[in-house]
Amino acid sequence: MRPVYAISGGVSKFAKARPDKTFQAIVKEAYDYAIADLELDFPSFTRCVDGSVASYFSDHFTRQLMAGIMVQDYLGLVPKPGHRVEGGGATGGLCFQEAWKSVASGHMDVCVAYGFETMSRVETWKGNEFIALASDVSFDYPVGGFYSGYYAMMVTRHMKEFGTTVEQMAAISVKNHLNAYHNPYAQKRNRYTIQDVRDAPMVAWPLTRLDICVMSDGAAAVILASEDGLRRLELAGARIHHPLVQVVGIGRGTDAMRMADRPHLDYDTFMRDYATEQERNSDETRTYYRHLWERGTRYPGVHSFRAGRTAGNMAYKMAAIHYPLDDLDFVELHDAYTSSEIQTYEDLGLCRYGEGGPFAVSGKAFMPGIEYGLDLPEAPECPVNPSGGLIACGHPVGATGLMQGVFAIWQLQGSIARHFGDDTLQVKDPRRGAIHSHAGTGTYVTVSILEKAD
Amino acid sequence: MSQIPSRREETLGGYIVHGIPFPFDSDPENLAFLKKLAPIQIEQEYHITYLHSYGQDSPWFAGLSNRRLLASHDPESGYTYANPRGHDMTSGHETEWIDITERSAKVHAFTVCHFGSEEFLPETPYVLALIEFEGVDTLLLTRLLGVDPDQASLDWIGMPVRPQFLRNSKLKPTDVYFAPASLG
Repeated sequence: MRPVYAISGGVSKFAKARPDKTFQAIVKEAYDYAIADLELDFPSFTRCVDGSVASYFSDHFTRQLMAGIMVQDYLGLVPKPGHRVEGGGATGGLCFQEAWKSVASGHMDVCVAYGFETMSRVETWKGNEFIALASDVSFDYPVGGFYSGYYAMMVTRHMKEFGTTVEQMAAISVKNHLNAYHNPYAQKRNRYTIQDVRDAPMVAWPLTRLDICVMSDGAAAVILASEDGLRRLELAGARIHHPLVQVVGIGRGTDAMRMADRPHLDYDTFMRDYATEQERNSDETRTYYRHLWERGTRYPGVHSFRAGRTAGNMAYKMAAIHYPLDDLDFVELHDAYTSSEIQTYEDLGLCRYGEGGPFAVSGKAFMPGIEYGLDLPEAPECPVNPSGGLIACGHPVGATGLMQGVFAIWQLQGSIARHFGDDTLQVKDPRRGAIHSHAGTGTYVTVSILEKAD
Repeated sequence: MSQIPSRREETLGGYIVHGIPFPFDSDPENLAFLKKLAPIQIEQEYHITYLHSYGQDSPWFAGLSNRRLLASHDPESGYTYANPRGHDMTSGHETEWIDITERSAKVHAFTVCHFGSEEFLPETPYVLALIEFEGVDTLLLTRLLGVDPDQASLDWIGMPVRPQFLRNSKLKPTDVYFAPASLG
């Protein structure tokens, strides 16, 4: 595998509805931005790019099969190679990694990953029905298929086993909405209090409307290149931004579609197959986990995402990350629910299983320099979802994982102020960040690590 | 206290349009003005009936319609799935049917859905629960009745429950639901 650089990206404005444009034209907004950021004109980039990967989740939302080729066509990329990937909420993350593979393998030198979703074409509750069809239609959907309900069940178990509280979840909503206040691409830019989150309409107990991301129309695009690709682009007149951002690790995991089918593994199996390197090397942590198991915890059950842990461990190994909280300077993770941000802290080893709730209110995952109106006992260590995440940016499914990639590139380039018109969300001198994309109840999860290369 | 709505709920319904404003002539200035035209949105219907097969899982539904709750187990390891599964995840062996109707069962996790997918909105609030059974390795997603949706509590987790069956089977997984065992 050869080095792959994430050199540019673009994000359309995420909004509740974008009837002003077709999905192809919304993708072009993001695509054109990514090209313009290289200071290239459209025909020059078309000559340089070898192919593409397209990302969108649901054919139902567009009522259009083969939407991917319609974007390829609109962007003037035909007859170059391309294909569509789909894996629920992780579609964007999978797309990013497929584009990485195209370049890392030597098959392409310049590859563009683009993605979109236009979810406003149906009413919200019909949209929820489409999303719920991403659960087993024989056994799960007919019982009352509703994704917010599925995640709510998972978190009631997390609360029961680990003592996680609704206020800890609400703190994440406060954090992500307030971060997004400084992100012009975000759909929801609001200051909330813990009480506001709890007073919002109950959707699926204990998750309120402010614990849950919203449906969106939007698109994102990321351009990846090899060293040969960089030279080709520069010869065509591109201005390659430095520091270069390299994709140094990718990981992916899966789990059973029906969360009821997931195993309840013993301590030894957990430590052997799923513990992070940091956890395995700590006597204190091994003792901590042994106590959890003595109290009845089993892994992953429905309280944890085994796919997320698998993806994280794989990406960390490739990127030589040993202590995730210390070695990562920021994380953009899939917070479709405040509860899943807590669960993902644990999956990614930012804290131990069972400690996601206290971690959420410790202050470690917050941005420095923002007054959240919360009493946070510790200083920020690794901001999580500095962009505002899905909860505040919106979740146009096929675009989301790529949006994370774009924001990660801009963080590592140090160019947040240029793109946001505000440097509040610029993490100070970051060296390495992770992006995390997640499909329904943790069926597919991707983790990719991006790092400054020079 | 229930909230008094201050806004009408939006629906996709609209009016049939017989004419859309358009320039009277094709001079370039008028055609350039078309860029300022608001988007036209129309309704598109999409209805379909599928002939869905439960395939190798069919006996599970036949069991429900006869007031029996079946499960699948690996004949060698004994690993047991509450949801039917034709082949074991670990050995790859074809599974065998067992009857778990009388096994003791309790709530493993739950939620109260105050909203839902369009199909289930009329049924809100409803309680979804994952049930654990004695001697069964995986859980079953089901509806929980006999609890007050407005009194949701983590204390429900661990509550002993019993399967109840619809008398008139719909051949759906909702032919079985659960209720607190204390209700008899």
